Amino acid sequence: MTKLLDVKNLSVSFGGLKAVNQFEIQIGSQELVGLIGPNGAGKTTVFNLLTGVYTPTEGSILLDGNSLIGKGSNKIVNMGVARTFQNIRLFKNLSVIDNVKIAFQSQMKYSALAAVLRLPSYWKEEKLFEEKALDLLKIFKLENFAYQKACNLPYGEQRKLEIARALATEPKLLLLDEPAAGMNPSETNELMETIRLVKEKFEIAILLIEHDMSLVMGICEKVAVLEYGSIIASGSPEQIQNDPRVIASYLGESD
Amino acid sequence: MDFVLQIINGLHVGSIYALIALGYTMVYGIVKLINFAHGDVIMIGSYVVLLSLTELHVPFWIAIIVAVVFCALLGMLIERFAYKPLRNASRITPLITAIGVSLLLQNIAMKVFSANPKPFPNVISGEPFQFGGVQVGQVTIYTILISVVLMVLLELFVLKTKMGKAMRAVSEDAGAATLMGININTTIAITFAIGSGLAAVGGALYSTAYPIVDPYIGSMLGLKAFIAAVLGGIGKIQGAMLGAFIIGITECLTKGYVSSQLSEAVVFAILILVLLVKPAGILGQNIREKV
Amino acid sequence: MNVLKKKIPSYIVNAISVIAIYLIISQLVWIGVINNYYLGIIIVIGINIILSTSLNLTTGFLGQLTLGHAGFMSIGAYASALFSINANLPESIEFYFALLVGGICAAIVGILVGIPALRLRGDYLAIITLGFGEIIRVIILNLDFTGGAKGLFGIPYATNFTNVFFIMLLTIYIIWTVIDSRHGRAIKSIREDEIAAEAAGVPTTYYKLFAFTLGSFFAGIAGGLYSHYILIIDAAKFDFNRSIEILVIVVLGGMGSLTGAILAAVTLTILPEYLREFSEYRMLIYAVILIFAMIFRPKGLLGTSEFSLLKVFQFIKRKVIG
Repeated sequence: MTKLLDVKNLSVSFGGLKAVNQFEIQIGSQELVGLIGPNGAGKTTVFNLLTGVYTPTEGSILLDGNSLIGKGSNKIVNMGVARTFQNIRLFKNLSVIDNVKIAFQSQMKYSALAAVLRLPSYWKEEKLFEEKALDLLKIFKLENFAYQKACNLPYGEQRKLEIARALATEPKLLLLDEPAAGMNPSETNELMETIRLVKEKFEIAILLIEHDMSLVMGICEKVAVLEYGSIIASGSPEQIQNDPRVIASYLGESD
Repeated sequence: MDFVLQIINGLHVGSIYALIALGYTMVYGIVKLINFAHGDVIMIGSYVVLLSLTELHVPFWIAIIVAVVFCALLGMLIERFAYKPLRNASRITPLITAIGVSLLLQNIAMKVFSANPKPFPNVISGEPFQFGGVQVGQVTIYTILISVVLMVLLELFVLKTKMGKAMRAVSEDAGAATLMGININTTIAITFAIGSGLAAVGGALYSTAYPIVDPYIGSMLGLKAFIAAVLGGIGKIQGAMLGAFIIGITECLTKGYVSSQLSEAVVFAILILVLLVKPAGILGQNIREKV
Repeated sequence: MNVLKKKIPSYIVNAISVIAIYLIISQLVWIGVINNYYLGIIIVIGINIILSTSLNLTTGFLGQLTLGHAGFMSIGAYASALFSINANLPESIEFYFALLVGGICAAIVGILVGIPALRLRGDYLAIITLGFGEIIRVIILNLDFTGGAKGLFGIPYATNFTNVFFIMLLTIYIIWTVIDSRHGRAIKSIREDEIAAEAAGVPTTYYKLFAFTLGSFFAGIAGGLYSHYILIIDAAKFDFNRSIEILVIVVLGGMGSLTGAILAAVTLTILPEYLREFSEYRMLIYAVILIFAMIFRPKGLLGTSEFSLLKVFQFIKRKVIG
């Protein structure tokens, strides 16, 4: 069986510094994989490489057998990889629902002329995607905020909106960059529950960056550990928890 | 020979542009603002020099010092009242106040001095120097010398003094600089003072070369100096100097060999071409946005 | 909620108000309350509204600072004027063809400038457009068929209140319907966060160029109206200061607010006329107002919100009846 995402030998350097070095990962469809590692290990850089924000110096990224190298960010989104950001990047002054509707961009087809003439295609699609957007917001219990500005949402809600926006692009693979950052334990548990639900409902694969080890271990089927830009271990949560190199680098050397 | 002469002329205007460009580049480096009013500070500087010469009958070098002090204060005043209240606003807002200040200074000058151009006295006279077969006027020599000395002094100031270090720190990261105990307000005020002071010298030197002062001389002069700063890499002191000399020489060569009217268009065209190849200017570094 | 039903009432209110404004002004002209001097100001207001709403598209909605809008206006002005002078079409349609030619020429130049310039972020686009405006001005000065420094003469008189009013309406309508669509949302998302827009699947390069070109097109139309109104044009009428004037209207009205731009265009066209009595101090006062407006209301008159007649009526209704 071919993997949904197949990354080999991925490397990138910034002015002599190898931020990511020979990174490899395989993700099957509908797999939930955790990517962990200490601060500065290059986790977010991996996301930036996968989504075309940075161009890798070497290596290959295949999604369903198609290369993502050299493709623009928005092309990659349309091919089926969506992401969230570590430091939330919403369209702050636009309404919550518009944040989601923008991500329907490639699915909406009416032309600018149809918009100016207010042809039936305009009304039909606007109505359809307004409803679709509300459905998505409901999953994250955001429907009551739909017509408020995104910047007025509480922090945790903003993170959820970012996930909703990413889902609106109809991805096959969703990259979540520390989705629970800044949340308290009960909020985090709730969010993880939602993530699992989303995975089932939309039948997508998820790659998740997280600091909180226990949390990753709780929901991920597979975990990869990154250190100094390279994968040092990967496998099931149990394997990772017992891997001596991971314990040494991540949990600290035990005397 | 004509070619050499054009190059020397280019260095002459280039060094004036450099003095002015330094003001743009320092201010941009530290508050990320295109200070549209900078050109008009030059104009005010020229008028102050002119008044000192004709009304106070002081020697030229004292007139320049008077203008430097006046413009430094003016620069600080503008910063305090027009830009400081907007330091946290979106970047386009202070840009608009800068345009407002520019209009204000022009119109004040028009009220006080009238729109008619005033002649500027001949202050640097004397025999032109001979280099081989090329005659170089004393004004040219003095202008280039004064500019180079000031640029070296500025470079030393920024690299060696405590205030210079504070300036570099604030332009790097204002928030972190505050945490390190640097007084941002003072640092920014001093930056404006130095930039405006240099502009006054630039204005004085410009007026000795093109002996006419009117309320609008600052606009085009400022614009070209600004282009020089961008061309060299805005925020970089050496960039401003490099850009200024390139602009000055290009302009003189175009005037000499192509057409004097097209010189401005050529200057802009060079800027656009350079930015397309190096978006941050010749010496500028492309800063990657952190994602 | 049905999108259609939500929007219909405001469409009706706006349509009725617009027709009312037109009828009132034309009646006032008819009975002589509005003389030629005031009518001239009204025509200039109309042209300024087209200029500021179109600049608002790039600067307000797309979030890219442009300092060369007058350059695009001048291309439209010259192209349409040259068309009118040289073409021999029936009088009734020639003017509209001329305007279209002006708009299309400006749009083509917009694409040519935009493709390289829009790759640059932030202030650099401002500088490139500024440079472009100056280059256009110098080129016009040095060409023969533009009349050079003497200016271009013999443009037929064709711009009047009625056609300015309806072309202005059409401009506002088109820009507003584009903004209120998936295309407009894409444009606004670029202003909010370009990287996030890409991550949401928005082809940012395409939409930047789209907005920039559309803005240039309407600047060209405005230029055409202008040249057929003042009849003699020269390069100095489209200099950097003109670009700044338009930008100031947009910023004072509120970047990203069409109604704000319209209100500001009206106010800022009338204001200098009032200040004419203190003509010596006119620009001085204008400058001071500009500075104070920015310090005390940095987001402009309306910020990014829109003024809605429907909401005003509903408010009055609530106050009076309820």
